[in-house]
Amino acid sequence: MRQDHLISATQLSRADIEAVLDRAAEIDADPGAWEGRRRGEILGLCFFEPSTRTRMSFDTAMKRLGGQTIDMGSVESSSVKKGETLADTMRVVEGYADALVLRHPLEGSAKMATEFVDVPLVNAGDGAGQHPTQTLLDLYTMRENAGLDDVTVGIMGDLKYGRTVHSLASALTNFDVRQHFVSPESLQLPRSVRYDLHESGAQVREHTELGEVLPDLDVLYVTRIQRERFPDENEYLKVAGEYQIDTDDLEAAKDSLTVMHPLPRVDEIAPEVDETTHAKYFEQAHNGVPVRMALLDMLLENAQTDTTGGDE
Amino acid sequence: MSDTDRELRVSKIRNGTVIDHLAAGQALNVLALLGIDGSGGEGVSIGMNVPSDKLAKKDIVKVEDRELSQSEVDVLSVIAPEATINIIREYDVVDKKRIDRPDAVAGVLSCPNRNCITNAEEPVATRFAVLSDGLRCDYCGEIVREDEVAEHLDVT
Repeated sequence: MRQDHLISATQLSRADIEAVLDRAAEIDADPGAWEGRRRGEILGLCFFEPSTRTRMSFDTAMKRLGGQTIDMGSVESSSVKKGETLADTMRVVEGYADALVLRHPLEGSAKMATEFVDVPLVNAGDGAGQHPTQTLLDLYTMRENAGLDDVTVGIMGDLKYGRTVHSLASALTNFDVRQHFVSPESLQLPRSVRYDLHESGAQVREHTELGEVLPDLDVLYVTRIQRERFPDENEYLKVAGEYQIDTDDLEAAKDSLTVMHPLPRVDEIAPEVDETTHAKYFEQAHNGVPVRMALLDMLLENAQTDTTGGDE
Repeated sequence: MSDTDRELRVSKIRNGTVIDHLAAGQALNVLALLGIDGSGGEGVSIGMNVPSDKLAKKDIVKVEDRELSQSEVDVLSVIAPEATINIIREYDVVDKKRIDRPDAVAGVLSCPNRNCITNAEEPVATRFAVLSDGLRCDYCGEIVREDEVAEHLDVT
């Protein structure tokens, strides 16, 4: 992979994705062999929005590579509270770290930040925009369980605001994957994602009911429908109930169906599904570590090559 | 009434630029885009909903003593791809500018996505890639269709 930063899944080619997944698989096979890879290097964690999994898995990933992390802490305890711009914060933190991870509530924040820093920067979620490292671990999980060619994937839930969906949908266009999108009409894919899918030649197949497509699916990727997206509680309850799955629903699915979820879930997947062979969402969350180790290792490797004027 | 009479509804200018064949309703947007509001003292004539063979109804703008540069003309393409631009000296057309669609426009529009970083208090100007039928924010990816561009002009 020859990238300086990872901002959007749209910047990734199939070769880029496979390079990261292959390295993640190597790491998974023998994690101990990678312990000293990034000794003496520091990763800056800049989370302007709450995060559990993403923040902790980046933290773990860097430490498992032998590096260290610094964390700006919560927004409430930082200079952001005093009105500092994101551009200034990133310029300052750049001086403390060899690479940066940014999560921010506004779309385009990571892209803007790259204009102010020279160290590798990873977008860990920008508003309703993109979340490319989630996509890499999603693809890793998918490849392990269902493969990435000649598969049928259903993506369900909040497709409009779900950044994991936006990144995943565009990354999947690199593979021989039939994508089906299942959501209430008010939460269908946004225009920008449709545009990218159209440009890549992918067909957008949309459904309002999972039942229409469930028997055909090899992978079902479920996302949370958030209460705050609806003007009133009743509307939310009416809609959300239609996009929840339990073991009864899954009787219509293939035995080999892989069910994924970026987590946290609320009630989209009934706990009883956890006990079935379909459930891969906890495995998916665990995959965040080797995949982020692989990505960080590659970005830091590229940055080193750049500064030493090595091979292009 | 002859065509000549119709054209004369907006008087001829001696020196300057004539922006013709604008879609009806675009004249004021074009002036806004070019930052022309009369405060510079230049003479400005505007024709709106003028009968036209080519467009049925068109707008036309004449700006005296100002010759548009190619980059200004290119920005116009975003809202007026069909426009023709003539540079006038001593009542004669001395140059016909063609409109080339630029690859990108910067600082001309605000992003319609309120949650875009360019709408926050950050030291960054908007930048849009030009698509075949609209624009796309370089930062958040929001797409602005051609017919929506005028409402997001961010010029004085």
